[in-house]
Amino acid sequence: MATAELDAEFLALPLESVRSAALDRARALGCEHAEVRIERIRSQLVLLRDGRLETSADDLELGVGLRVVRDGSFGFAATVELDADAAAGLADEAAATAEATAPAFGERVELADEPAHGEAVWTSAYDIDPAEVPAAEKVALLEDWSRRLEGAPGVDHVTAYVLAVVEDKHYADLAGTITTQRRVRVHPVVEAVAVDAEAGGFESIRTVAPPAGRGWEYLLGQGWDWDEELSRIPDYLAEKLHAPSVTPGSHDLVIDPTNLWLTIHESIGHATELDRAMGYEAAYAGTSFATFDKLGSLRYGSEVMNVTGDRTVRHGLATVGYDDEGVEAQTFDLVRDGVLVGYQLDRRIARLMGLGRSNGCAFADAPGHTPIQRMANVSLRPAPGAGPTTADLIAAVDHGFYVVGDKSWSIDMQRYNFQFTGQRFFRIEKGELAGQVRDLAYQSRTTDFWGAMEAVGGESTYRLGGAFNCGKGQPGQVAPVSHGCPSALFRSINVLNTRAESGR
Amino acid sequence: MSAGTGRLMRAQNIVEQVLEASRSDGCIVLVDERSEAELRFANNTVTTNGTRRDRSVTVIVLREGEGGTSVGIASRSGAGDAIDLLRRAERNAGAAPPAEDAAPLLTPSQAEAGSDFGDAPLTTNLAGLGDVLVGLGDAFGRARASGTKLAGFATHKVSTVYLGSSTGLALRHAQPTGKLEVVARSEGGARSAWAGTGAADLGTVRLEELEERLVRRLAWAERKVELEAGRYEVVIPPDAVADLMVLAGAATSGREAEEGRSVFSAPGGATRLGESLSPHPFTLRSDPLEEGLECTPFLAAAASGQDVSVFDNGLPLERTDWIRAGRLERLQYHRAGAAKSGVPVAAPIDNLILELPGATSSLDDLVARTERGLLLTCLWYIREVDPATLLLTGLTRDGVYLVEHGEIVGAVNNFRFNESPIDLLSRTIEAGRTERALSREWNEWLNRTAMPALRVADFNMSSVSPAT
Repeated sequence: MATAELDAEFLALPLESVRSAALDRARALGCEHAEVRIERIRSQLVLLRDGRLETSADDLELGVGLRVVRDGSFGFAATVELDADAAAGLADEAAATAEATAPAFGERVELADEPAHGEAVWTSAYDIDPAEVPAAEKVALLEDWSRRLEGAPGVDHVTAYVLAVVEDKHYADLAGTITTQRRVRVHPVVEAVAVDAEAGGFESIRTVAPPAGRGWEYLLGQGWDWDEELSRIPDYLAEKLHAPSVTPGSHDLVIDPTNLWLTIHESIGHATELDRAMGYEAAYAGTSFATFDKLGSLRYGSEVMNVTGDRTVRHGLATVGYDDEGVEAQTFDLVRDGVLVGYQLDRRIARLMGLGRSNGCAFADAPGHTPIQRMANVSLRPAPGAGPTTADLIAAVDHGFYVVGDKSWSIDMQRYNFQFTGQRFFRIEKGELAGQVRDLAYQSRTTDFWGAMEAVGGESTYRLGGAFNCGKGQPGQVAPVSHGCPSALFRSINVLNTRAESGR
Repeated sequence: MSAGTGRLMRAQNIVEQVLEASRSDGCIVLVDERSEAELRFANNTVTTNGTRRDRSVTVIVLREGEGGTSVGIASRSGAGDAIDLLRRAERNAGAAPPAEDAAPLLTPSQAEAGSDFGDAPLTTNLAGLGDVLVGLGDAFGRARASGTKLAGFATHKVSTVYLGSSTGLALRHAQPTGKLEVVARSEGGARSAWAGTGAADLGTVRLEELEERLVRRLAWAERKVELEAGRYEVVIPPDAVADLMVLAGAATSGREAEEGRSVFSAPGGATRLGESLSPHPFTLRSDPLEEGLECTPFLAAAASGQDVSVFDNGLPLERTDWIRAGRLERLQYHRAGAAKSGVPVAAPIDNLILELPGATSSLDDLVARTERGLLLTCLWYIREVDPATLLLTGLTRDGVYLVEHGEIVGAVNNFRFNESPIDLLSRTIEAGRTERALSREWNEWLNRTAMPALRVADFNMSSVSPAT
């Protein structure tokens, strides 16, 4: 893979003069901390409906945000004007906001120490900048994918789209860290729908290919076998439309990484954000059952459960070189042998809770938004050595279901009670797959569920899943994040029938 | 706003510059000037704050070709050369196949142009947070004294949209949007309550009035009652009704209904238009002129979607009843889709009102007439489970109260629910008067809602959530 480079057009912006003007003014105003971000974010969406172009969006966002700490209070201001005068004005405005809101700061803001990293550059691993791929080529590729499914028997409608984002970010703080980073990510999706015209029902199957920290080469087959996945969708869909409705009850589940990543995201990823656990998200995203007093003692799951946070994995969506508080990317343990041993941190929370250095989880999704603690790539480790294959895990089930792909998801504000559906559910009978069922949802409580995890698959079953749009904070911010996991076997999980739940 | 707003080119000049430079077969320019101030707090301290000045420019160009009209779009936030943007849009149009939603651009005689296009954008700043900015420190003091912690968010923003086209449209609308949300939690979080309100002008909102609502609800929770999952009669307050109805409103896609893939589909490619959804004569409507919920009176679309078209930019928006007298009355269609299906055009409008004509009861009245049931506060993490029935799952949050013989007797544990908002309209026992409501989960997307409280039979609480 080629080593990607920073973008010349971004580097040609007045980065140095803007950052210096903002920081010099913040220093002159007596701020104890100031960090400035100049960001350019390109976002593109191309969506085809039944082979016809329906939505084409090509957006570029450019701006500058400055956060200061002055006399123990935060102040933030942002603008779209990119010149030295405006940047100095931002420092005045941020300092004024810190002063105006200071009476309502019940705690003095202090940040955990972070060494100054000098001038550093970092780029994510990609070959082809998706924002530079001509629109016609994007449409043509999606037309081809759509055509393959439209012609198949039983397929009534096809939606195909690709989201592509390229983030260029220049960061500098008063301590002397100056970073310039580029992140690239793409999310291609194809969904086929079958309608039962007479009975009035319908079913859909969507690709389970994850969004990835890759470039356009991902759509050309690097990192995912699109030909194989697209070729199987019509058969999966035809079978699902006429599959028997699931019998609810307590059942063993083998969950594929294409589904399990989202359960990890909701029940571990968000639950181990220390700002949440401390009540700082109580009004919106919620809190966490994994409270700080339980660090080192909470039995999160079974002995085979080991979970890490990282901002370093290749092609990970939360992977960076440095976070939005100038903290270097790291890898850290969250759950070891089933016990809670760590949290995701930003610099304020790390200092407040006496945990030493931040593990680098601050992120702002736009130049106009203030950095908040956001999720690292939170991943479930596979079994050591070769470990079981997915077939081995299925072979260990007498009667149960194999769940593939994510769909509907919901979890409570303390991250206990969750309910998930999926793309495909296969019956397991005496250790063998025995056809699809439909209308399946699984519902559990976080520690019950992870406590019921009997086995994790080996490295061969391990995949990165993820999402572009993890939401948190007010005003709402979205963050991209990946979750790696193996297939895993869970005993006696509550399975619902969603048609029965709707009273039908 | 202080951050040098004077140095950017005026929005009107951008519109004119792009239209003059356009070499395409049609051109639309949208400029959205945004000014925002916000204050967030938790654990009786401010956590984040800020002011922001932003601008987005969208250029839409049309290219006539053999197979039809192609469209190219480019947009950018921030300062920058608008002509670059135009050239990018032209390149995109050159690469695009003919658009399915093509329709002739509107002309000034078809749009309801005001005389305010030349006016400057409106701005706001921290003072726009009104009572909250000055009163929050004292509110924290009162909370500490009573052993509670406040968390919440106040925001005020103004968006001024300018729309110009090669057919002569020159439209402007300034939209202020504000909200205040506060959660009060007892030490350790065993008891919690939520109050929130939307308002165009936060100067009309009293922080202490929200505090009083919170204190009342925390007092109800002094007694705890554990209940099992099951079907319960529930009283849903207007804010939580908004959470459900926003998703019902979002499901009114005409195209999805015709394709057989929505709750409003009928077998054989038909829709449920005209079908009765409730024995009660509910109206679910959007209206840019709704008093207190006024919103942009013309369509400003930066991208096409399944029922929205950039070709319809400038379309005058008028009162649209999605449900009228309990019957499904209207589904969303852009002009091209409406012409194809032989139905009226219905574009999205930025407010939503559910009303039972003649209803006058308050939330307290509904509680007083409940023999045994649950009074809810908020619904949260609401997600679609089955689009065919619009089955939604989600959780209760920040206060479920047991009502017996018309009185609140204690607080109950939280539940996960599985329910369809369409089914709720038919199982409604009683609806209250319609009042301004703030959807807890969706208000950033749809702030302007007015809803009644609903008393509903057999609400499906699927399992208990131990969350507090």
